[in-house]
Amino acid sequence: MTDAFIYDAVRTPRGKGKKDGGLHQVTPVHLLKNLFDAIRERNQLDTSQVDDVVLGCVTPVGEQGADIARTAVLYAGWDQSVAGVTQSRFCASGLESVNLAAMKVMSGMENLVVGGGVESMSRWPMGSDGGAMVMDPRVNQAMGFAPQGIGADLIASLENFSRRDVDAFAVRSQQRAAKAQADGRFDKSVVPVKDVNGLTVLDKDETIRGDTTVETLSALKPSFEQMGLMGFDATALRKYTTLEKITHVHHAGNSSGIVDGAALVLVGNKRIGSKLKLKPRARIVSAAVTGSEPTIMLTGIAPAALKALKKAGMTVKDIDLFEINEAFAAVVLKAARALDIDLDTVNVNGGSIAMGHPLGATGAIILGTVIDELERQDKNTALVSLCVGGGMGIATIIERVH
Amino acid sequence: MTAVIASRDSDHVVTLTLDLPGRSMNVLNEHLMKPFADEVQKFIADPSAKGLIITSGKEAFIAGADLEMIYAITDPQVVVDMVTQMHALLRGMEKCGRPVVCALNGTALGGGLEIALACHYRIAINGPKVKFGQPEVKLGLLPGGGATQRIPRLIGMQASMPILLEGKELRPDAAKAAGLIHELVNTKEELLVRAKAWCLANPKPIQPWDDPKFKMPGGDGKHPAVVQMLAIAPSMASAKSFGNYPAVTDIMSCVFEGSLVDMDTALKIESRYFAHCVTSQVAKNMIGTLWFQLNAINKGKSRPEGFERKSVKKLGILGAGMMGAGIAYVSAKVGIDVVLLDTSQEAADKGKGYSAGLLDKDIKKGRMMPADKGLFLDRIKATTKFEDLAGCDLVIEAVFEDRAIKADVTKQAEQVLAKDAIFASNTSTLPITGLAEASARPKHFVGLHFFSPVDKMPLVEIIRGKKTSAETLARGFDFVQQIKKTPIVVNDSRGFYTSRCFATYPMEGLTLLLEGQHPRSIEVAGMQAGMPVGPLAVQDEVSLSLSMHIIEQTRKDFAAAGKSLPEHPGSKVIEKMVKELNRPGKKAGKGFYEYPTLPNQQKFLWPDLVKHFPLKEQLPQQELIDRLMFAQANEAAKCYAEGVVETVADTNIGSIFGWGFAPFQGGALQFINAYGVQNFVKRSKELAKKYGERFKPAAIVVKLAKEGRKFEDAAKVAIAAAA
Repeated sequence: MTDAFIYDAVRTPRGKGKKDGGLHQVTPVHLLKNLFDAIRERNQLDTSQVDDVVLGCVTPVGEQGADIARTAVLYAGWDQSVAGVTQSRFCASGLESVNLAAMKVMSGMENLVVGGGVESMSRWPMGSDGGAMVMDPRVNQAMGFAPQGIGADLIASLENFSRRDVDAFAVRSQQRAAKAQADGRFDKSVVPVKDVNGLTVLDKDETIRGDTTVETLSALKPSFEQMGLMGFDATALRKYTTLEKITHVHHAGNSSGIVDGAALVLVGNKRIGSKLKLKPRARIVSAAVTGSEPTIMLTGIAPAALKALKKAGMTVKDIDLFEINEAFAAVVLKAARALDIDLDTVNVNGGSIAMGHPLGATGAIILGTVIDELERQDKNTALVSLCVGGGMGIATIIERVH
Repeated sequence: MTAVIASRDSDHVVTLTLDLPGRSMNVLNEHLMKPFADEVQKFIADPSAKGLIITSGKEAFIAGADLEMIYAITDPQVVVDMVTQMHALLRGMEKCGRPVVCALNGTALGGGLEIALACHYRIAINGPKVKFGQPEVKLGLLPGGGATQRIPRLIGMQASMPILLEGKELRPDAAKAAGLIHELVNTKEELLVRAKAWCLANPKPIQPWDDPKFKMPGGDGKHPAVVQMLAIAPSMASAKSFGNYPAVTDIMSCVFEGSLVDMDTALKIESRYFAHCVTSQVAKNMIGTLWFQLNAINKGKSRPEGFERKSVKKLGILGAGMMGAGIAYVSAKVGIDVVLLDTSQEAADKGKGYSAGLLDKDIKKGRMMPADKGLFLDRIKATTKFEDLAGCDLVIEAVFEDRAIKADVTKQAEQVLAKDAIFASNTSTLPITGLAEASARPKHFVGLHFFSPVDKMPLVEIIRGKKTSAETLARGFDFVQQIKKTPIVVNDSRGFYTSRCFATYPMEGLTLLLEGQHPRSIEVAGMQAGMPVGPLAVQDEVSLSLSMHIIEQTRKDFAAAGKSLPEHPGSKVIEKMVKELNRPGKKAGKGFYEYPTLPNQQKFLWPDLVKHFPLKEQLPQQELIDRLMFAQANEAAKCYAEGVVETVADTNIGSIFGWGFAPFQGGALQFINAYGVQNFVKRSKELAKKYGERFKPAAIVVKLAKEGRKFEDAAKVAIAAAA
């Protein structure tokens, strides 16, 4: 099998996903164009050599609809021979894109592929595309649908994570992110968003709050208690029969932020890299997806990680750094407990609780973040994993190339 | 004689009066539908007819559809074909281009309301007894005549949910406020005058949904607000139904999917889900038991023949405690004069006060005029004097469960009673034949076993002692119906029928606890099985100390008879809870649950339970469900075989109304039928092998299985009585 290398990884800063967010004024296609420009310029890339662009977008409606990958390729002025496909694996879409790009390369069917994703959550709110899981009553009932927040609170209840536990984790995410930003650790990947005039719209992740404390968080009310009491708790507790009730501990401060953002990762085989004089930064070792119980929904990380490790012939001990998407604090705590890994090696520069989770892009963003960090710390291996809607999990293992 | 009378006036407005011969109510059956369809077609084909008014010659408009055919159909294609015809007729009517008005002179339910909904305009008489609704869901069905489409299009998807999913009925003013009815009038004359006026004023009406610019009120299934509602609707429905009622899901599907398409496609969708419901086992269970068998009971199937129906004018109640007070209330409610007797005036007054409390609640909720409270209470005389019982047709004792006390009040009462008056005991445990020994006239002695709270529980077990006469039984039956409850007839035996079978449910739950199953998994299994409360919670309600008392009493009785009692393993749990752990039940604030006294705090399982009953390997949830259900059903089969209950109808209805046996299963014996009698025997044997002899299938079930039969009363009797 051909090796797949990561040659570059770029992302936009993440803007608060509301009306007053820094990227609300920017179209999702324009977010992508900035990054396509950056990939081309940073690598002096002959874009006609790119076979395909695979992008994740979880809410592909409106200006994000109708295959935004091909749309962005053409709008960015890349060679018209470059194809584009848009897919959704919910929250894992960004990483799924990179994995698909890698699979295209590793299979030998394509040489150079861009993976990535985009989500303008301020413009196209989560759920704008409907979906039978949610809106079709018999499908909803068959799977025991409950919103992710209920699943997160269910995890906390089953694992006995207290409100203080999850809040403390959130504080840690904010502090690490603030420090990383101050130290310039994101500068290698973050491409400032510029308008049509070249004026900067946003150049930094804007939701980081390094001064957050457990005390400030304690004032926030649980976000999912009311909907839980209306019926979702009952749905969850019908499956988890040994639990008396769900304690609602998650809120805006210890859950991933709703933000706008995009990311691209350039993946190719060795031959094309040499030909185009690209420097490989990491090799994609293995990747896996799994399905798990859909009502709790967010427990797929450990099974996916173990599957990817097994394929690579590795154990968690062989991994230097973990990047586990901070969908909710309890998700990461649970995954770390299930994998028996030290939280000191997880999300060392903070995560989605501090910087936000632009659904279609996050997987590609955190992959880029961990490559930068491997290089900074001069370490070798990393595992990137996300929990996924519908009860799935995804994991990708990378290894630095020296 | 035709069921539909057509008349045409000088303005060429045709009035169809629906009046099914030989029936007190119009029900949709072929005798009504055929002529109705013919007349509607005639109107559609005749442009010289300027308008059509549909009304009824009965007190109600249409009470619903006859269920015999629906009960019998097993082929979904037949159902689809049947309703497609109905849809075509109603669509033809609403698209004919000339006005069709429904003049609702009274109640319209089920298919009756669906015909009205297909008219361009609905006028209703604002009468006190008039109501509109789609009760289909209560029998495991959905409205298959277009209501799942027309109601949401009239009043919005969210507003239509309680009507369709819960069978919520609307009074005329509420129906008008909701938008189901256009206009209310006060008299029948006005009704027809207004109907005609509307026809003449609106020569070319179209239904809102046939207007190309139509938009669903509140948004269709794509609207973000509606999507939010749809996301949680299944959870809300399942929180109560535990997914046991497929009609609930099918109704939601009709409303959701139908909202995304045009009316004609929507009706096709509805017809498929309707067929799905009609042919479901749940609908067959519910229609069979809660319609045909219940109707048969209400028509007196178990009442001895040959005795004139009599009503009670004056009732004596001995003991003004919880039960006596409740019986006084339900009796005064139907106009019976009540003498409520206790040993002190204070106790008697307190019992009467129970009625006052319930009436105050009614007044607060607007269900009663304050002025009527006094009249109601005047019918209850609280007293300590046995002389006041003179002239009572019936006396019910509801005193403490003690043979001596019961014997004493029986004798005292009989001294003032007329010779033909009936004496009834509301005992729940003591055999009637024994109690009747205190009576000078045991022929007139009967058991009337009420359930608590009396004002809410629909069932009364009539217990026949050895010497109870057929006439006494008949009069007991008449009284139970007089107070609007459902009577079942039970022969004297320990625990009678319902208490005996009910006990198997908590006892099996306790056994599971003893075996190391998680207490909450046991509770959830009970609810998943369709029971209203989990077995541990219900044992707390009954009180563990009372069960302990009964177990000890039974042990004594057996010892006295020189027999040893085959103990249920669950008894050990009761003994441990009461004697070692001092957890006597809900009343004491501690049983299997903790009962916090702070407001807004709900009971929760005693956390130490798992310490005292350590968890072992957990069984699959279905195993728990099977054990809880098989225990009850098998006991019911034994009762039926022993003649404790004599009809399948009484056994099934008694199980649902008496102790809350899963309604969707159609009762304890129907559960066996639906499981498949042979499968039941096979599964029972498996359970017996794994968990104990108590699961050994009752001999009668084994016999039925061998013969390839199932539990049924002479079917023709049931259906004839219903018709």
